[in-house]
Amino acid sequence: MTQALDTEFELRDGVDRETVEAVHAMSGNYKYGWETDIEMEYAPKGLSEDIVRLISSKNDEPQWMLDWRLDAYRRWVMLTEPAWAMLHYPPIDYQDQYYYAKPKSMDVKPKSLDEVDPKLLATYAKLGIPLKEQMLLAGVEGSEEPRRVAVDAVFDSVSVGTTFKDELAKAGVIFCSISEAVREHPELVKKYIGSVVPPSDNYFATLNCAVFTDGSFVYIPEGVRCPMELSTYFRINAENTGQFERTLIIAEKGSYVSYLEGCTAPKRDTHQLHAAVVEIVILEDAEVKYSTVQNWYPGDENGVGGIYNFVTKRADCRGDRAKVMWTQVETGSAITWKYPSCILRGDGAQGEFYSIAIANNFQQADTGTKMIHLGKNTKSRIVSKGISAGRAQNTYRGLVSMHPKATNSRNYTQCDSLLIGDKCGAHTVPYIEVKNASSRVEHEATTSKVDDDQLFYCRSRGMDEEEAVALVVNGFCKEVLQALPMEFAIEAQALVAISLEGSVG
Amino acid sequence: MLEIKNLHVKLEEEDKVILKGVNLSVGAGAVHAIMGPNGSGKSTLSYVLAGRAGYEVTQGSALLGGEELLDLDPEIRAAKGLFLAFQYPVEIPGVGNMTFLRTALNAQRKVRGEDEISAGEFLKLVREKAKDLQIDAEMMKRPVNVGFSGGEKKRNEILQMAMLAPKMCILDETDSGLDVDAMKLVSQGVNALRDAGRSFLVITHYQRLLDHIVPDFVHIMSNGRIIKSGGPDLALEVEKNGYSDILSEEA
Repeated sequence: MTQALDTEFELRDGVDRETVEAVHAMSGNYKYGWETDIEMEYAPKGLSEDIVRLISSKNDEPQWMLDWRLDAYRRWVMLTEPAWAMLHYPPIDYQDQYYYAKPKSMDVKPKSLDEVDPKLLATYAKLGIPLKEQMLLAGVEGSEEPRRVAVDAVFDSVSVGTTFKDELAKAGVIFCSISEAVREHPELVKKYIGSVVPPSDNYFATLNCAVFTDGSFVYIPEGVRCPMELSTYFRINAENTGQFERTLIIAEKGSYVSYLEGCTAPKRDTHQLHAAVVEIVILEDAEVKYSTVQNWYPGDENGVGGIYNFVTKRADCRGDRAKVMWTQVETGSAITWKYPSCILRGDGAQGEFYSIAIANNFQQADTGTKMIHLGKNTKSRIVSKGISAGRAQNTYRGLVSMHPKATNSRNYTQCDSLLIGDKCGAHTVPYIEVKNASSRVEHEATTSKVDDDQLFYCRSRGMDEEEAVALVVNGFCKEVLQALPMEFAIEAQALVAISLEGSVG
Repeated sequence: MLEIKNLHVKLEEEDKVILKGVNLSVGAGAVHAIMGPNGSGKSTLSYVLAGRAGYEVTQGSALLGGEELLDLDPEIRAAKGLFLAFQYPVEIPGVGNMTFLRTALNAQRKVRGEDEISAGEFLKLVREKAKDLQIDAEMMKRPVNVGFSGGEKKRNEILQMAMLAPKMCILDETDSGLDVDAMKLVSQGVNALRDAGRSFLVITHYQRLLDHIVPDFVHIMSNGRIIKSGGPDLALEVEKNGYSDILSEEA
């Protein structure tokens, strides 16, 4: 009994006091709403072939990259914005925003992090993102080695710097900004870019192909287990500017990497567009874990401002037994349109999707995943937790498709919705296609309310109302929180509580 | 310890008066039992004291240690030493029983201006209290009340009570849904907590619980009032003759 109790205690499941303290310590709901006062260089407003050329030349790109962008642009102008999602927003004026914004101080690319503009370094320090490579002391005697995380920091349209590059290079791992990869590793970029999310994929992905500015590039060679976690931190700072990042991750045979992504933006009254593409290529026996804590500015309690987040993320498990795990905590953005997907092409490939989507006030989220089973004996698992509060609308939209050759494949989907208050909505839209007789698909869905009895029970034991809500909601999300790397899980747990501040009472 | 004076309560949502002038004084260290037929207002009394929403106090007061309770939020009442053992303990999926207890304990300590309990101290305390109630580690790991049997739920309530060490404990039909063995175990747990500084208000339909938790005083409640008070014998009388005799006596 003693042993078991100790273990349980260490797990720190659910919410604890620290989390709630953290919440109380923050003024207002959104902690990252400040902006950095820094001199910026913008491309002219609006979108045209000239802007595409300008972005390409700013990044010193080769001709093939420019041609690829222009093809995408010419395609994009023929397309119409999709309207099938359960999202309502006024038409986006694509000509009324900037597509490129870069701090002036980044004009001459800094050779090392020491040369980066102190204002930018201060920005990331304030966000809690370490851009120095110093070892963090663990503090506890005899504890395991301190965990290190390599960071690529993207500020508006450019990557400010990437840490631990040299150390990663020793292991053969390439971790740099995508603009640098286009210049330094054109053979890899050319081979893989657009191979998972083609330029013709969808309206927002096509737009991204034309105007993507920066993002991260990761290459893990055969048989290498990436020696540390990799992460990219996206910060939108400039007003009226869209952020279009592109991330490409390639995991060669038998390799492994865990990748984290974080994003924040200042509080503004206007909406800002964020249309990203993430492509992951996973070869035989390789495994990629991709975790996101999306905390873009969600708009205020009256629905003014906030990021429009239209993102295409897809992993292609090309090799046999390739594995991918998407974990996302979506708490920010006024509009979220995002379906991180898995193409299970190799035999025995596995895809997992764990999601917490929180929508409060006037936020709208239409998010889920696609599991495309192409190979034999492929497996997928979907665990989605949607939480709606205020006047928010939260939709889970998911596709599970078993192709004729995907024999003996399996999917399990669990889709739970939690409602707080009586003015919000939760919707579940599953699409299931099974084209062979030996595969099995399971779908379970529940909808529940944080009920007054639960809150009263917690309060009668001494917790205040916010702490009670945080406890109940964290309990609801537990399976997904557990799928996150430790540091991220604690951050996400706190974020869940903050996002729901003011949702009761 | 607890001083209820002329308490009148109606439902917030409808015009239904439930408590019509309850007077009750529970001294330090005393055990009082409230019995009464269904719908007499026993459970309402416990909810109103604990601060559940949905009730409106139209008249009267309830003092805990001389301080008015009825104006306080439920969590403040808890921190000041009031505890309600629920008739139907609530399930909280995904939240470990241990986490729940520690969060509750620290929340109360914070309100009282005390430091958080250290991990080691907390564990030691839980182990000790859980053992007495035959609650094993597995049960502590499970989410709060989820999949618990009736007996487990009630034992868990008593464990919370033991951990939070309140001054005034209200037990709302703690015997409901318990078999004889479970009732003995729960009663032992309660009796172990009896001391000069801690008072109890035991709400029950049946006398049998009072065989195990022997009260100092018994009150009969009917139609929103306490209509008769006496010693433990009063409970036996109810057991033997039912409520009807007492009710007609009053009428």
